[in-house]
Amino acid sequence: MSAPAAAPASTATVHVNIGRALKDTAITAAIAFALFLPLIGFKTVQNMRNELELETRLALLLTFVAIIAGAKLFVSLVIAPWRERRALNPAPTNATLAKAKTLLAHWFTPFALGFAVVYPILIFTVTGGTGALKWVDNFGIQILIYVMLGWGLNIVVGLAGLLDLGYVAFYAVGAYSYTLLAKEFGLSFWILLPLAGFLSAFWGVLLGFPVLRLRGDYLAIVTLAFGEIVRLILINWVSFTNGYAGISGIPRPTLFGIPFNANDDGFAATFGLEFSPIYRSMFLYYVILALALVTAYVTIRLRQLPVGRAWEALREDEIACRSLGINTTNTKLTAFAMGAMFAGFAGSFFAARQGFISPESFTFLESATILSIVVLGGMGSQIGVAVAAVAMIGGTEIMRDLDFLKYFFGSDFDPTQYRMLLFGFAMVLIMIWKPRGLVGTREPSAIYKERRTILGSHVKEGHG
Amino acid sequence: MTLAIEGLCAAYGEIEVLHGISLSVEKGQLIALLGANGAGKSTAIKAIMGLVKPTAGRVLLDGRDIAGEAAHLAARAGIVLVPEGRRIFKKMTVEENLQVGGVVRSAAEVRERLADIYALFPTLGERRRQIGGTLSGGEQQMLAIGRALMSRPSFILMDEPSLGLAPLVVERVHQAIDRIRREMGIGGILVEQNVVIALGVASHAYVLMRGSVVLSGDPKTLAASPQLKEAYLGMG
Repeated sequence: MSAPAAAPASTATVHVNIGRALKDTAITAAIAFALFLPLIGFKTVQNMRNELELETRLALLLTFVAIIAGAKLFVSLVIAPWRERRALNPAPTNATLAKAKTLLAHWFTPFALGFAVVYPILIFTVTGGTGALKWVDNFGIQILIYVMLGWGLNIVVGLAGLLDLGYVAFYAVGAYSYTLLAKEFGLSFWILLPLAGFLSAFWGVLLGFPVLRLRGDYLAIVTLAFGEIVRLILINWVSFTNGYAGISGIPRPTLFGIPFNANDDGFAATFGLEFSPIYRSMFLYYVILALALVTAYVTIRLRQLPVGRAWEALREDEIACRSLGINTTNTKLTAFAMGAMFAGFAGSFFAARQGFISPESFTFLESATILSIVVLGGMGSQIGVAVAAVAMIGGTEIMRDLDFLKYFFGSDFDPTQYRMLLFGFAMVLIMIWKPRGLVGTREPSAIYKERRTILGSHVKEGHG
Repeated sequence: MTLAIEGLCAAYGEIEVLHGISLSVEKGQLIALLGANGAGKSTAIKAIMGLVKPTAGRVLLDGRDIAGEAAHLAARAGIVLVPEGRRIFKKMTVEENLQVGGVVRSAAEVRERLADIYALFPTLGERRRQIGGTLSGGEQQMLAIGRALMSRPSFILMDEPSLGLAPLVVERVHQAIDRIRREMGIGGILVEQNVVIALGVASHAYVLMRGSVVLSGDPKTLAASPQLKEAYLGMG
């Protein structure tokens, strides 16, 4: 009875080397200090005489270094030993956990879809009129635009395997097509939406032709250049695009001819409601939701058709495709055109929603953001891309609201300045844990109809 | 139906590697193209398919010259190539691989053809949901051949289907090739380094050396010929 409780013999113990952990922490802190010294430690400010002065922010710098050193220490002392222990004593496969995972996989898409549909109504009822505007417009619509762009680029990059760094060019073509045609000819959004998509697809084919022979890095560079060329044209062809100043007063979309304004024939007056900008936002939300879902549906359908299969085959092996008689030229062109078309739809929607566009909205950073959404989401995965868009775009929008951080870092701390830093940090983490993206497995597109297994011998015996 | 090649030449850049070869194959007949490394066997079938642009010569499919036409047109005309090293689509399932092979045909034809292929290779039928990259080497070769057959070709060109396979598996692959010829009535050109096996299935063989046909005839005579050894050992 008095025998000391012995540790279970089967549990292998892991020795925590504190000395090594401290050494690692010191090295990490030194690297963080060296990195952040120029990034955070110094700041240039203009003084009264318009001269640049160097301001040192030692406290902020040390806070950052301390956070990183602390994180490293935590990893070395707690997480690393825990992982080692788990590797030595693999936990028996948890049946309930596995069941929960399959349930999640099964119900996630319908749940997310349902949530996306009720989201504006939910927000409207919870926060009431004015508060909802931010959540529907800044979050909902903004995220859905990127979900749609991600799904569009997914066709080119994820399915056909053509690395496109200038995707934003087609977004710009769509936006300017709608803007210029609407302002010049007064055509409605619903006529110009397909037209803008068509024009973007046309530019997609136009870009596609010269780059057909390129692959990989070379294709990436040429598409990058194409994106920049389009932006520079938009900046410099002032008589056509109004250059840097951009174009404002872009006509807004209407609901079957009913505009969303405070006039007597406006939406609110027609339906006997009190005028509020929220109705337009909710309407726009459902428009972009429908557009995004069309993109997803078309992609899913195309994957089951010969052209979609050819895209995926092309991504895997171009020589095999040619041996089988697949027209690789047409396959690449259709991928470019399809992707560009959806960017065109999204672009015209963007112009109609903003009411103002300028070349500023179509920089390389946009292409990079859309591409990282596709890569983070997992190339070719629809759900992964949607989740990545929510996380990345929603995350950046939330950064604007983190005012409470000012209590920690002082009143001149602006969390939005650290957006890109956190962005990069999140990307590194995901690439460490999920190098193939959030959803890294490919969903087979073949529909397997069970074959009737009636053997010839059975039929002969009359059992068929 | 006849596939006749007349004076086919091909070059990589400035260097001509195929100096006017001529051969012909009937539907339902299998011929072998033999020769040492670098003799021009692969280039020859790539030039027939249009993957390498021929610099001279004719590729006559029932009298119609298709030389120099793009590969997808050759496939539509009824010629298909099983590339060297199998090159199956590793991330796609077996059935999807086969469906890609049938891209040039209608959906109804693809469905019908799938059943034919699964009858020919029952293993593929059993594994149709399996990811291509997880198949064994021999199964991958069957898949590569099955995938090529999906487009209902009249002629199938095979580039070293026994490459890197165990002897027993090679035997099975060649039995399959023989069945394709007999049961489906498809004509074939088999490029092989494995002379013994190639001569076992082919009804006629051509021996290439440095881009020219140096020897041709029926397998029995060729097997006995001392010149065959010379061609392989490069002692011309």
